[in-house]
Amino acid sequence: MTELWKLTLAEAAAALEAGRCSAHDLCASLLGRVRAADPQVQAFLTLDETAVLAAADASDARRRAGRSLSRFDGVPLAIKDNLSVAGQPCGCASKILNGYTAPYDATAMGRLREDGFIPFGRVNMDEFAMGSTTENSGIRPTLNPWDTSRVPGGSSGGSAAAVAAGMAPAALGSDTGGSIRQPAGFCGVVGLKPTYGLVSRYGLVAFASSLDQIGPLARTVEDAAILLDGMCGHDPMDSTSLPGRHGGYAAALAEADVRGLRIGLPKEYFEVAGLAPEVRQAVENMAAALEQRGARRVEVTLPRSKYAIATYYIIATAEASANLARFDGIRYGARAHDADDLLATYRQTRARGFGDEVKRRIILGTYVLSSGYYDAYYLRAQKARTLIRQDFEAAYRECDVILAPVAPTPAPRRGELSDPLQMYLADIYTISVNLAGICGISVPCAVTNTGLPVGLQLIGPALGETRLLQTARIVEQAAALGVRFPNL
Amino acid sequence: MNYEAVIGLEVHVQALTASKMFCACANRFGAEPNTLVCPVCLGYPGALPVMNAEAVKKTIEIGLMCGCAIALRSKFDRKSYFYPDMPKNYQISQYDLPLCGLGHLAVGGKGFSGDPLPDKVIGITRIHLEEDVGKLNHFGRSSGVDYNRAGVPLMEVVSEPDMRSADEAYAYLTVLKQICEYAGVSSCDMEKGQMRCDVNVSVRPVGETKLGTKIEIKNLNSFRSVHRSLLYEIERQTEAVRAGEKLRQETRRWDDALGQTFVMRVKEQAHDYRYFPEPDLMPVVLDEAQVAAWRAALPEAPEARRARFVADCQVTPYDAHVLTLEKPLADYFEAAAKAAGHPKLTANWIITELLRELGEKNLTIDTCPIPPAAFGKLIALVAGGAITGKSAKDVFAEMFASGKAPEVIVQEKGLQQVNDSGAILAFVDQAIAASPKAVEEYRAGKTATIQFLVGQVMKLSRGKSNPQTVLALLKEKLG
Repeated sequence: MTELWKLTLAEAAAALEAGRCSAHDLCASLLGRVRAADPQVQAFLTLDETAVLAAADASDARRRAGRSLSRFDGVPLAIKDNLSVAGQPCGCASKILNGYTAPYDATAMGRLREDGFIPFGRVNMDEFAMGSTTENSGIRPTLNPWDTSRVPGGSSGGSAAAVAAGMAPAALGSDTGGSIRQPAGFCGVVGLKPTYGLVSRYGLVAFASSLDQIGPLARTVEDAAILLDGMCGHDPMDSTSLPGRHGGYAAALAEADVRGLRIGLPKEYFEVAGLAPEVRQAVENMAAALEQRGARRVEVTLPRSKYAIATYYIIATAEASANLARFDGIRYGARAHDADDLLATYRQTRARGFGDEVKRRIILGTYVLSSGYYDAYYLRAQKARTLIRQDFEAAYRECDVILAPVAPTPAPRRGELSDPLQMYLADIYTISVNLAGICGISVPCAVTNTGLPVGLQLIGPALGETRLLQTARIVEQAAALGVRFPNL
Repeated sequence: MNYEAVIGLEVHVQALTASKMFCACANRFGAEPNTLVCPVCLGYPGALPVMNAEAVKKTIEIGLMCGCAIALRSKFDRKSYFYPDMPKNYQISQYDLPLCGLGHLAVGGKGFSGDPLPDKVIGITRIHLEEDVGKLNHFGRSSGVDYNRAGVPLMEVVSEPDMRSADEAYAYLTVLKQICEYAGVSSCDMEKGQMRCDVNVSVRPVGETKLGTKIEIKNLNSFRSVHRSLLYEIERQTEAVRAGEKLRQETRRWDDALGQTFVMRVKEQAHDYRYFPEPDLMPVVLDEAQVAAWRAALPEAPEARRARFVADCQVTPYDAHVLTLEKPLADYFEAAAKAAGHPKLTANWIITELLRELGEKNLTIDTCPIPPAAFGKLIALVAGGAITGKSAKDVFAEMFASGKAPEVIVQEKGLQQVNDSGAILAFVDQAIAASPKAVEEYRAGKTATIQFLVGQVMKLSRGKSNPQTVLALLKEKLG
């Protein structure tokens, strides 16, 4: 066992349980891989090797004493920089949170820690999750491990790149408009955005509160299901968290079967200008493969899809403009200490601390909520959001799972999406899912002839995770891409 | 031309709850700065609010006490503006769907000036629930923020512009405070910031129905400063309008030391709060049965208690008004009257003796050294003839000073009233012998002189003789 870093989460757990390796060995191997690969990928913002190994040693001691917290005790996870882990920085890849240390665990993180998972570094993102390429990180960009001249996607680009490059068996990310699914697609990993409210948002630094969800990025559907099992369920600290008991997703994968499943292909999704032929082909091929396995293909319609981007950028920026108001340097983070008075402190702290994309969205959000504009923008956007949700409800009367691209193209080159509007338009396939509050998963389904991963998106109704993950498992089997790691 | 003032009040009242509005931190005044804080009330990244249901209940209760329409569906909104006392730079408040809608409060009694006020009903526009902000402290060249208060549940009671004088505004505040205390929804201590008030005032010619230019007054820390600032502002505005000046809509700050208001900001500088629905909280949905249960469990309203005191305790309407001003006093009266068995006499003694003594000693009814049962016992001793009214005053003073039971003091000082005719007769003879002049005058027909002789007997018996017996014996002796 020389290359422990290549193990999936489930494989690592099995190896630990069987005593084939220790958590210390596993983490040491991953740290070695990070040292080798990360200089080219730049996925990690910080990685406290001593703390990781200390946590691994503690896990090994528990296992020796027969007191493992779960069968996953000792498995490391890379954590997106907008999730609170007590005692660690949580900077959202922004200069404005320079020096801030989180005093508490996010609920999702706390639940995974109770199972013995080890937080393994802070991974990069677009600043405050605003962006689709991780080029908007306030610290440095992350590069696509398959082709470092390309972006890894975003905003959870660090999470996706780290998992794809074998620097972590899995990672946590957040998805507000595609921020888990799109980088997962660009980096060739599995990325799940759960139904709104299934995973507690407590401890996730808010970008757009009504759209944000925490989710896993992993190399297999099974690993994603295991992490969702560990995180999901009602949290009294999050008023928007759904009541009731949930879980059993990983166990249900054993019964994965698409016979009789109605696969919906939204016609509007294939009329998008700029949909790359290799992406269209990959989706078509997978639809055919699923049909071969007994699924039934139906055409569905999502007529309000064309309003999704405008709706999203009104609601998300409005919420963000208030959510990001707290970053003023008064209580935590970086402050402009040379400012002369209160107003100057606010202005200079925020002018220096926020990057251009964040400022652009704060200004946009402030504008749409301003007196005299609220009805024309925010109120109309909320109505459009309801119509978009109703589109999906109607579609799910015709089908069980929707099949769609993740993004119109494979990973673009760095700088290619530098025009903000162009970047926003590339979110067309992912943002409706957040607006509707439903679930979606990105599964690797093909590789282009230049070696770039192509993801397939499956979209399920609210709380349809069990069938979504089962279908994803069949896609994973049908794609038969095997275990691949980039040469780094 | 005569002018009238049009006044509306916005009163903030902290709800009396164990924990803050959106987190589990204690809602308590007076702790060391920044010791009652957590990631939620400090607005730390990633923290989320969870609604305090008790605060909602308290707000509904005060709404029910004010006859408000209760919204079965309500919601919270974000109100955005930057200030260091507000951790998130937005306040979670309620914009267009408050918990309580239209209601009213009856005012009367006396205004701050002491002039009697006719009974009047003041409309209430709405009552909503929000979170309080922290407190800024300025030290020379720097400032600090204490966030202990940040996130404390705060009810905002907005009145209709129904008041026409500073006295009416004062009476409205008094009644509102009274109701909050009766319902147990707030301690209403203005010095602790538990009750705060903003005033809107304009003037217009009498008979005009359109409103004049509205001026808002802030920084009012007592009912007294509300009253003073209104007197000042009404006069200032009336003079300005009389002089043909055009007033601007503005916010003014009251300076209590100078007794004047100063411009804080004009309308153009007003904030655009950019309200929008709080996405971190679910709408508040109440069911009719729940509200009905809260309504049924409400304490007796001050108005009803006043009426009951008049009907059942034979006290005058004004005495009933005084006794019910504060719930603790009304409770004290009821407990004492029950122990005494003589409500009317108890009321007289409380109003004339107890309240005077408390005032002189700078105490409140809550810190009164005499428990109501002991006070009632004293009244019972007077009423039953065991001691004279004069002795009772000495006993009362001693009770107030030492906290001893009235019977003990009566025993110790030997103040038992002497009802025995034989014993009193000796004093009567002594008094007649010592005052030949008065006796002569009485016999000459100046019958009022007998009171002097009664006084002499009381003096000789150290106030212990039954005055009725003394009078009867004197009359008998003097023929």
